[in-house]
Amino acid sequence: MAAIIWTTIGAVLTLSVYSFLYKDNPFYKFAEHLVVGISAGYYLVIYYFNFIQPNVVSPVFQLRLGGEAIGLGSNTWWLALIPGLLGLLLYTRFFPKIGWVGRWPLGIYVGGYAGLGLSPIMQARVLDQIGANALPLTSVTNILVVGGLLGTLTYFFFSMKHKGVLGVMARVGIVFLMVGFGASFGYTVMSRVSLLIGRVSFLLHDCLHLI
Amino acid sequence: MLGDRGRSGGIGPMAGFVALSVAVAALFLCPVAVFAQEETETVALETLLPIAPPTGLMAVDTPNDRGSSIDVTWELSADDDNDGIVAGYEVFRSAHPETGFVFVGRVPHGETEYRDSGIDNSEPTYYRVAALDTDESLFFSGTFGPVEAFSQWFNRSRLNVMVAVIIFVVSIVYFVTAAKSGKELFIRRLAGLDEMDNAVGRATEMGKPILFISGLSSVSDVATIAAINILGEVAKKTAEYNTKLIVPCADPIVMAVEQEVVKEAYAKAGRPDAYNEDDVFYLTRSQFAYVAGVNGIMVRQRPATILYMGMFYAESLVLAETGSSIGAIQIAGTDAVTQLPFFITSCDYTLIGEELYAASAYLSREPILLGGLKGQDMFKLIAAAVLVVGVIAATLTATGVIESNFVLPLLATG
Repeated sequence: MAAIIWTTIGAVLTLSVYSFLYKDNPFYKFAEHLVVGISAGYYLVIYYFNFIQPNVVSPVFQLRLGGEAIGLGSNTWWLALIPGLLGLLLYTRFFPKIGWVGRWPLGIYVGGYAGLGLSPIMQARVLDQIGANALPLTSVTNILVVGGLLGTLTYFFFSMKHKGVLGVMARVGIVFLMVGFGASFGYTVMSRVSLLIGRVSFLLHDCLHLI
Repeated sequence: MLGDRGRSGGIGPMAGFVALSVAVAALFLCPVAVFAQEETETVALETLLPIAPPTGLMAVDTPNDRGSSIDVTWELSADDDNDGIVAGYEVFRSAHPETGFVFVGRVPHGETEYRDSGIDNSEPTYYRVAALDTDESLFFSGTFGPVEAFSQWFNRSRLNVMVAVIIFVVSIVYFVTAAKSGKELFIRRLAGLDEMDNAVGRATEMGKPILFISGLSSVSDVATIAAINILGEVAKKTAEYNTKLIVPCADPIVMAVEQEVVKEAYAKAGRPDAYNEDDVFYLTRSQFAYVAGVNGIMVRQRPATILYMGMFYAESLVLAETGSSIGAIQIAGTDAVTQLPFFITSCDYTLIGEELYAASAYLSREPILLGGLKGQDMFKLIAAAVLVVGVIAATLTATGVIESNFVLPLLATG
């Protein structure tokens, strides 16, 4: 019985969302508000149990799960107070007089991530890529790879006008980019069609039992 | 008849032939049988005899790591010559040299090293390695230790990364300093960004809002940071033109940052009173719920201009198609390679990859951002030069002119 109810709800909501293809209507509005509201609430719970509880609440209050301390050890539990305090400072934005304090955690957060990302990006996107593309020009494939890469790099060079040799190389680069995008487009469209097939299969098989 | 003859004691011609055949066969087969018996005994003896244990046991802290790991090495057992007697090696660890050894891992025969992970730093540890025979019997080496795991401050295998980062930072600092000192820095024209003013102006003329979507990623993503920078410039223009700017966010931290950025932009434009905090709001983190919400905003508020800047996933085409259906002018910018084709086909202008990063400098013309962009260009030039040298070296290596590609070790990281 429960399966029938949930399948029916799923089918009604699926059709409500698809009704948007015709135009905006009350059924779509209902489905939209339902999914936005439920997902916002769901992620609130996810955020708490995946981030706040293991990283702040459990270490500070020495909560244990199955006899094992969660998160930081008993000697370093106080470290959890730092991100906890920074997180609380974000809420100072609700108090205009001290709202400026809320910029500190944002600055630490954004700056920290930008700094931490620099080294791995330099390794993965620069050094490794150069090494992988330092190919001998002994085959047509290698010539295309190296030529395409140099052309694409030229396209993303902003300090000079794309004229003369630079213009030709940038043109080669954009051609390679578009060929790549075209291939990616076709590949992704195929995967989206499979998603559509999944929904149609749900409606015709699980709900209506026609196939 | 034959039996009768036999019983009579005489040997008939047929019986004699059979007897002779058996004797000849015995003569030839006998050595084979003896050899087979000897081989069986040899194998049996070998399986009973102990195999030689591994020798030369060594254990050192794993270099260039953050601790908790020790590398154990040994020399192969003298019986490990691929005849199947040695099945593998088992590594044992203890906090004491004599007792308490526990199994930590096994490697197949022919292997001479094992990385023992997940141990406590600065704790004296002892190791033994045993050769394992086909009967699962163990033949232990001597004990090695004590050895301690500890973290290194510096990862030497990534020295080249540090050099590259230093070159990158120095080039940016140089150009930022030059820009601040008043030096004019040229940046080529970017069509999509030139159109940004027109897009804001169009919304103003039509009396409709501008919708800014900064993707689904968090501020840990470079594309999101670039999008936030662009949002600041767009917000300045909307503040000047008194045009409504709607910014639905998928991440609460991004929302907080974007509220601050828009608020500051309105203040810089001299219109702090025009800033409405409710126009920069959190929708949901769920991908397609976010899409449903944004699509609803598009069809109900009908923005004249929609800007997609940042990191996008499968939602890109759904959003851009809906935006296209309401007749909005759309400008997109992302470094998501798989989503760029969809934006290119459904938007009026698309910033491809690094053009997104350049956008904020291009729009604002602020010395710091311009200097950063020029510094990146300089680094790209250096990277292209290294690539050309690497390709030449690889070609010379492939044609036998030089022995090895000397560029590749400089680029390799641990």
